Amino acid sequence: MKKFISLLLIACLGAFIFISLYFPGGGTLAFPYYGDVDLNGRVSQAYIDKSVNGPNDVVVYGESTDEESGSANMVTSIVVDYRSFDTLGEVTVLLVSTLGVGILLGGKRKRLEYKHAPNFILKHGARLTFGLLVVFGVYMFAHGHLTPGGGFPGGSIIAAAILLLYLADDEFRVKLAGIKIAEGTAGSLYVIIGLAGLATGGYFLYNFLPNGTVGKLFSAGIIPIVYALIGLKVGSEISGAIDGFATEEVAE
Amino acid sequence: MIQYFSIVLLLIGIYGLLTQKHTIRLVAALNIFEIGLNVFIISVGYVRGGIAPILTSQANTSALLYVDPLPQALVLTSIVIGVGITALALALARRMYKTYGTYNLDEMEGK
Repeated sequence: MKKFISLLLIACLGAFIFISLYFPGGGTLAFPYYGDVDLNGRVSQAYIDKSVNGPNDVVVYGESTDEESGSANMVTSIVVDYRSFDTLGEVTVLLVSTLGVGILLGGKRKRLEYKHAPNFILKHGARLTFGLLVVFGVYMFAHGHLTPGGGFPGGSIIAAAILLLYLADDEFRVKLAGIKIAEGTAGSLYVIIGLAGLATGGYFLYNFLPNGTVGKLFSAGIIPIVYALIGLKVGSEISGAIDGFATEEVAE
Repeated sequence: MIQYFSIVLLLIGIYGLLTQKHTIRLVAALNIFEIGLNVFIISVGYVRGGIAPILTSQANTSALLYVDPLPQALVLTSIVIGVGITALALALARRMYKTYGTYNLDEMEGK
């Protein structure tokens, strides 16, 4: 009975969404049809042309210098430059939720015991892969302004490497004190960079470093620095949460 | 097409949230709901014939036709917050299991 009522409710909701999305019925559509978006005149076009603060010529990869935000990846230029304050809030949300995980799964803890002890090959193969994964994660956030990726995926890849060690070795544990120091340092440095922008440029998280040539590794001002900090912070936060899930409380 | 698919995912997620009793399944339903929503938001920014909004040595000027980068940036935020919610929800589920000895919401009794 309950399932039937839920199904009915879902059907009504689905019909409502479909009708309001695809059948205007005299009014205007809430969203344009799929693929029919026109970016001209929208702020998105200004983000693509890097002309938010004023009109700008065409940006050319590898040639244009000192463009606004200076990042070849436009999504990154939005996330860590135009809307960097938003990202600071996002990082804070992640901090608060991992804090909640730490409180719920806190106390004196030990590793969960496995029914089958992992063998030599598994342990050492996982350690070999761990190094490769960490290097890939660092590559991911160091090139966040040039290629797809950035601090959040890079940090998640590093946390995945830690998870691999947790799964393959039943005695491995990260040093939680070190994780907390890395997390706190990275988070405070982000805010300090923002305050440095406030002191030099007049507003919080101002991109005060030279922007360089679009497409070069050393370009885009503070974006690579901030993304590296975000990567470290996200990686250490998720690693701390993983530690909470892979351990159990010790009865005192 | 992908927009229909995202709406179907969204509805599956809501159905799961309404019917399931197992806390881990509820978290899974929440994640399906969230993925449907994320795919929908990205699909809203799709421009027919547009390419990924990254300047490369091939697509080397900003005068080309790009898809809307703004929904993608917002979805990045949404994904991270989703990860936070999932971690917190799983920790709560684990804590409830420790206290009540079950993952089923109906079998939990006050102590």
